[in-house]
Amino acid sequence: MFTLPLPLGPETWSVSDLNRYVRQALETDIRLQDVRVQGEISGFKAYPSGHWYFTLKDGSAQISCVMWRQRTARMRFTPGEGESVELSGKVTLYEQRGQYQFDVAVLEPLGQGALFADFARLKAKLDAEGLFDPARKRALPATIRRIAIITSPAGAALQDMLTVLRRRNPMAEVCIAPTPVQGPEAVPGLVAALKHFGRLPAGEQPDVIVIARGGGALEDLAAFNDEKVARAIDALRALPAPIVSGVGHETDFTIADFVADVRAPTPSAAAELCSPVTLGDHRQAIDDLAQRVADVVLTRLDRLQATLTTARLALRSFSPAARLAGSRAALRQAEARLQTALRHQLALKQGDLLRWREALIAYNPQAVLDRGYAIVRHADGRIVTSAATVQTREVLTIRVRDGEFEAERRGSPAGAA
Amino acid sequence: MSPKRVKETSVVDLSEMSYEAAADELEAIVARLEAGNISLDETVRLFERGQQLAAHCHQLLDGAELKVKTLMASGDDGGDDDQT
Repeated sequence: MFTLPLPLGPETWSVSDLNRYVRQALETDIRLQDVRVQGEISGFKAYPSGHWYFTLKDGSAQISCVMWRQRTARMRFTPGEGESVELSGKVTLYEQRGQYQFDVAVLEPLGQGALFADFARLKAKLDAEGLFDPARKRALPATIRRIAIITSPAGAALQDMLTVLRRRNPMAEVCIAPTPVQGPEAVPGLVAALKHFGRLPAGEQPDVIVIARGGGALEDLAAFNDEKVARAIDALRALPAPIVSGVGHETDFTIADFVADVRAPTPSAAAELCSPVTLGDHRQAIDDLAQRVADVVLTRLDRLQATLTTARLALRSFSPAARLAGSRAALRQAEARLQTALRHQLALKQGDLLRWREALIAYNPQAVLDRGYAIVRHADGRIVTSAATVQTREVLTIRVRDGEFEAERRGSPAGAA
Repeated sequence: MSPKRVKETSVVDLSEMSYEAAADELEAIVARLEAGNISLDETVRLFERGQQLAAHCHQLLDGAELKVKTLMASGDDGGDDDQT
């Protein structure tokens, strides 16, 4: 801080010591460390190093100014010769050259300060009235098909938004309400466009209303800091559609941004917000559903197949074929046994038959006749088995080996002949 | 969506269906199938209808083109006065 290595007496100082003393004197004055000063730029020179040097003057005095590279790098514009500006910074002394100068922190066009003050005042006022109340803000709907865009028809912001929408949400319908977004026609144009959507019948209303413009300096964005525009935005809360603001660059915050239901950092970001479900998401969702349909059906078919196979196997164990096979085997067995039995019986009967045949042959009367016996019959055909039955003179038929003849009985049955 | 609805909307001509209607019916079919307890005939019918709906949806998605219309410059409101 403030060092006092120097004698306070009439001793003679070196130049270095004197300049250092003055610099420290300046730097310990709080008032001089954060000063706003306005004037005209003169002798402006920007060096390749990035540092800016110029003189700031008013009618009667001037001061040398320097703006270092770190600060100039943030400048969106380069001031011109003779331009009126407002500077913020500190007063100091460049020791080596004994140069009294102003070290510039912020350089703004003249009137910028007033603009900021107006902005801050309006913001506080509307905030107090509740226009920024988060509880009153509506969220974006899940499905967005009709998009209203209030913007300049010629600006790059519109083209950027359309490019994003074509890629992400081509099934949407866009309705552009063209209006100037800076200059004297901007405020009336914005208000009229906002009112237009407020008057549409329910069937024609959009799902979301976007109010957008590209980046610019504070005065370019002035229309979006206007009270009438802010109130027109707030009035649209009567509609179901939320209002999205996409104004300027990411670091720009306008009153419209605070009033809107949703603030997008840029117009392109606003278009992305209007595409909550992208084309890719839709395709994926449909494919997932189709896959689930297929899965259910295939699982069902698999299960039916398994049931069928199980049933088939179970059926086989009870099938008549098995039974039949068993029966057939039994049948064949029975047949075989029958055959054997039959053959046995047949053989037995054949044996009997042979015996009977032999017996028959043995008892063939012709054989008896052949042996010399005769068969004697009565006239009525009965065979004579007893002499007592033949009457005297009865005619008998006698059959011998080679034929028959008749004979008459001599004698009588009573006495044996 | 009750299961009964699925059968009724199948009467609507598929090619006339909007993307939302087709996607909704497809979702209803999935729910119906996953709930189970339906005959084999019905399963097959729902399967075929489901595949048709999915194909129709993809067709609509592939053919989607952003529709852009521009209103006449804000003077067309006619008769409005700027409220201050």
